[in-house]
Amino acid sequence: MATERVDSVKTYAAVWIVLLILTALTTAVAYVDLGAFSVVAALVIAVVKMLLVALFFMHLRHSTHLTRLVVTGGLVWLMILLLLSFADFMTRGWVGVPGR
Amino acid sequence: MASDAHGETLALREQFDSEEQQKDASTLGMWIFLITEIMFFGGMFLAYSVYRNFYPHVFAVASSSMNAIIGATNTGVLLCSSFTMVMAVRAAQLGQRKIIILFLVLTLILGIAFLGLKAYEWNVKFEEHHVPGPAFHLDGVDTQGPAQIFFSMYFAMTGLHALHMVVGVGILTWLIIATYKGRFTAGYMTPVDIAGLYWHFVDIIWIFLFPLLYLIDRHLG
Repeated sequence: MATERVDSVKTYAAVWIVLLILTALTTAVAYVDLGAFSVVAALVIAVVKMLLVALFFMHLRHSTHLTRLVVTGGLVWLMILLLLSFADFMTRGWVGVPGR
Repeated sequence: MASDAHGETLALREQFDSEEQQKDASTLGMWIFLITEIMFFGGMFLAYSVYRNFYPHVFAVASSSMNAIIGATNTGVLLCSSFTMVMAVRAAQLGQRKIIILFLVLTLILGIAFLGLKAYEWNVKFEEHHVPGPAFHLDGVDTQGPAQIFFSMYFAMTGLHALHMVVGVGILTWLIIATYKGRFTAGYMTPVDIAGLYWHFVDIIWIFLFPLLYLIDRHLG
């Protein structure tokens, strides 16, 4: 099919190398005391890796608008799950948890 | 046989206008399945984060008891397998049957290597009494309860991830056989493409599991 876009081996190899470098980076950063930013650094690197895999390996950058819209919608629902739940757990002092 | 192969592969189903539309529908369908999987794993990530927020110190100690080198190695193995998988999909787009098989076999080997390292890690947890239950004990924490919550989440999350890997290994085996039989051509390689999406998705779940379980707050523990 004419619309099937074939990426070059070079592109895939570059993405792969970057992913491996980011893995080494996130592991190294874990041993440095960044305080509260430890979580931020780990998650930012993870999100960058996710985007690289999704856009290049899962071909999202060549996908139809509909597919991209559906994927974005899925992530929005995930954010609703996480953010609204956290809004409850972090603000209501619900913690009758033993051992706290 | 020839007509059967035709019906199984190249045929445009009557509900579609074009092969392109048929392919797009398959891709979209797979993504919708993957979104249900994202929500499924999302619930566990949420539970994990809430408990981590309740017991930051215990979770930091528990995270620090993990072998980050094995974790990082396994992440590397999985990323390499994603690369070989995308190369298999590329070969399928170009209709290079032997190269598809080569890269699918490499992906399969890397997937099994990941599961082997995971099995080794789990075995170590049993030896160290880090499996929730009567024999559980984690050094360096005041209360064993929250530490058991950490390891319950660890086994649930890595266990479900490993289960997805086992399913992926099964899919790869089927793909290798089907490719060997010549089922896929440059005009019809949807199963290879869709299996690739699944494999990369399982990789993405691990991309988040690795820092959350092994790395965060390591300096505190």
